[in-house]
Amino acid sequence: MIRIHAVTRRFGEVTALDGVSLEIEEGEFFALLGPSGCGKTTLLRVLAGFEAPDSGTVALDGQDLLGVPAHRRPVNLMFQSYALFPHMNVEKNIAYGLAREGLARAEIGERVAAVLATVGLTAQARRRPHQLSGGQRQRVALARAIVKRPRVLLLDEPLSALDKQVRAEMQLELKRLQHQVGITFLVVTHDQEEAMSLADRIAVLDRGRVQQVDTPVDLYRHPRGRFVAGFVGANNVFSGRLLPSGGLDVPGVGVLPAPAGDTAGLVGVRPESIRLAAGDADASLHGAVVDISYFGGSSRIAVTIPGLDRPVLLTVPGPATVTSGARVALSWDPESAVLIETTGDTP
Amino acid sequence: MARRGKTAGGPHVRARLVLLGPGLSYLAVLLLLPLALLIGYTVFRRGRFGGIAYEDGSTGENFARITDPLYADVLTGSLRIAAVTTLLALLLGYPTAYAISRLPGRWRTVALVLVVLPFWTNFLIRTYAWIVLLSSRGVVNSALTGMGLIDRPLKLLYTEPAVVLGLLYAYLPLMVLPLYSAIERVDPRLLEASADLGARPARTFWSVTLPHTLPGVLTGCVFVFVPSLGNFVVPELLGGGHTVMVGNLIRDQFLTARDWPFGSVLALALMAFLVLLLMAQAWAGRRLGGR
Amino acid sequence: MRRATLLPLWLTYVFLYTPVVVLVVMSFNRSDSPYEWSGFSTAWYGTLAGDDEVLRGLANTLIVAAGATALSTVLGTLLAVGLARHASRSRLLPALSVLPAVLPDIVLAIGLLAFYSLVSATLGLHSVLLAHTVFGLAFVTAVVRTRIAHVDPSLEEASRDLGAGEATTFLRITLPTLAPGIVAGALLTFTLSLDEFVIAFFTAGPKDPTLPIVIYSMIRFGVTPEINALATLLLAVSFTMVIAAQRVSRLTEAL
Repeated sequence: MIRIHAVTRRFGEVTALDGVSLEIEEGEFFALLGPSGCGKTTLLRVLAGFEAPDSGTVALDGQDLLGVPAHRRPVNLMFQSYALFPHMNVEKNIAYGLAREGLARAEIGERVAAVLATVGLTAQARRRPHQLSGGQRQRVALARAIVKRPRVLLLDEPLSALDKQVRAEMQLELKRLQHQVGITFLVVTHDQEEAMSLADRIAVLDRGRVQQVDTPVDLYRHPRGRFVAGFVGANNVFSGRLLPSGGLDVPGVGVLPAPAGDTAGLVGVRPESIRLAAGDADASLHGAVVDISYFGGSSRIAVTIPGLDRPVLLTVPGPATVTSGARVALSWDPESAVLIETTGDTP
Repeated sequence: MARRGKTAGGPHVRARLVLLGPGLSYLAVLLLLPLALLIGYTVFRRGRFGGIAYEDGSTGENFARITDPLYADVLTGSLRIAAVTTLLALLLGYPTAYAISRLPGRWRTVALVLVVLPFWTNFLIRTYAWIVLLSSRGVVNSALTGMGLIDRPLKLLYTEPAVVLGLLYAYLPLMVLPLYSAIERVDPRLLEASADLGARPARTFWSVTLPHTLPGVLTGCVFVFVPSLGNFVVPELLGGGHTVMVGNLIRDQFLTARDWPFGSVLALALMAFLVLLLMAQAWAGRRLGGR
Repeated sequence: MRRATLLPLWLTYVFLYTPVVVLVVMSFNRSDSPYEWSGFSTAWYGTLAGDDEVLRGLANTLIVAAGATALSTVLGTLLAVGLARHASRSRLLPALSVLPAVLPDIVLAIGLLAFYSLVSATLGLHSVLLAHTVFGLAFVTAVVRTRIAHVDPSLEEASRDLGAGEATTFLRITLPTLAPGIVAGALLTFTLSLDEFVIAFFTAGPKDPTLPIVIYSMIRFGVTPEINALATLLLAVSFTMVIAAQRVSRLTEAL
């Protein structure tokens, strides 16, 4: 439905978007994920109409979108700051967009009432923004955008301003809402947990370039490139040479469990796949525990290994059975080591 | 307000013209052009019946006239009066602002409003009130005579101190406000830390409060010095013919003597002092900014 | 609080209010000499009310103040929005917009006199009005710019995103959110114009003096006790306006 092709945007010496191409399907919940400065917000603003790219095309339903000014695009944006009009109450805020379409008052009233019910704010209709809580304000911002029935709803870091508790609730809300109204959602976020839990598909961006586009599961299980491997979920990345008999030969460390292969490459092993070895024969790495973080349901243990510049992380259920400083041995199954594909421009 | 560069579509140039055009054009015509005229006048001679004698060609004699002791005295006298006024305003204003900052919350606003309130009455009438107070049959003299402290009335009016007093009265609130603002902004934790380390209140004041409020002091001094320097009402009403300041000279040249070129030179001198003062304030502000 | 700390404050108040008290008291003095008391009387207020010159001066002052405020508010608001949107990185333009407020009033006064002479304009209320607008513009621009800095910059984008064009956004979103700043700037300009003497003195015609010019003549060329009554009235008006302004600012703080 949306076709973004080779979009580039530079600000002075900084290249915010570098030949970005994406396709977004109708009815999808799509996420743009990346660290700050990766260009995701710029791309969002290009779609909304507040930035014009230096080159490239964007088409919506097959028709050029860039030539259409922001106020006429069938695209609506939910701002990170919500941008609710302070001098209008909730109802008028929501009705604002409909009034611009020249609809009859009766119809506006009906649609506003309906969307208020959808987001659960019927009782707050006459309140002003400063009288609402953060979560309520966000729902008003959402309602204001949805009521216009756009082809695409853009959301700029929708959950970043909320407390952890409210955030969890809003995540469910957003997914439910998206299914209910059937609009294509495009979320921009730097929080990979948020992206993973909300989206049907995720595009990971770094420094203006698309690194990988996949479903959350595929993104996690088969990351492409060192950046994605390290950004989406915690990961242990080893660099070495794959052996035809199986295993990754890491200079200065030894042969680590890995699938068979022939080339030099990167291999990623997720912390939950690593375990404390039962005996020496089982072990692939030996080192000392340097940090333990307890999360209630699980613990993350960091182990320094001679020859590696970063500690290896492993996750165990419940509290850790070892203490800081203890000497431990680690191992994992060869199939748990995932070869990280590298293509031309993903280092 | 949207500050980004290019936006998709939209007549950007038209918006810029509509917004910036009227205001800037107005200022160009009614501010920059007049100032340019003044600067231009300085190199011409006055015409026989006032106006400008362009046909005489340009000359530097207007600038030379400033060095004439008559006028140089007025300039240095003006600087002196403005400086004394500023100093007195600082000496009275700083402790006042400090006192206000030590009052409990509600009272602070009331105290500030009371300081500013006289400022909102008419400037001329406030100056006139001092005539009533200081004249030879005025309130002060009558009181002193009545109490038997003096035999003959003191000459208080139409003296330089009277002018200083009038200027001080007019502009004191302009010193108190920025000072209060600066004092109030000093992090109270710094003061607590100082006391905690054993310093007595006086020491804390000199070592902590005063240095941190110096930018406010500079602002207050500029706010008092500038209008004092260019003032002509106070020297005229309270100084009689004896105390003449730059403002009076300029007014005379423009309205009475009709020597606009020379008047413009005087105005330029006034502006030059102003620019120097502002540059000094900016420089000092940068040096203190490191705190 | 130690008494010594408060002493300078009391000193300042005595200094600031003694002349005011003298004027107020004298306004009720039956005698026409400011130097002796001969009984309580409100006669001078009556004289004031009947003084044509004062009344005309007051009318002129109000006309000038209202006109200058209106013009300054329109030009200043547009300029403030323009500076924020199109000149946020410029240092020259904001400095230019604030220049009239920094310049000594006498320099501005003679400059405008020179300008009016250049265009051979006849002087009258209109010349004072235009002159007052020069500094009024500066103050409105400064106050509105401060307000803009506190407003969410996304509001205008949100308006456009929802389908409003530039003009609609400006009228329905920009102006209402800037309203407290615009009102404050307008009030400030009005107050400054009411009391302004120096610029008016140089740019007013011989036939239409403003109230400060009338007061100046009264002081220079023959003091009558009417002045005390006028001073007391102006003080009362200022007092009321300051209280009113406080109330208004507390109301608009909600926005």
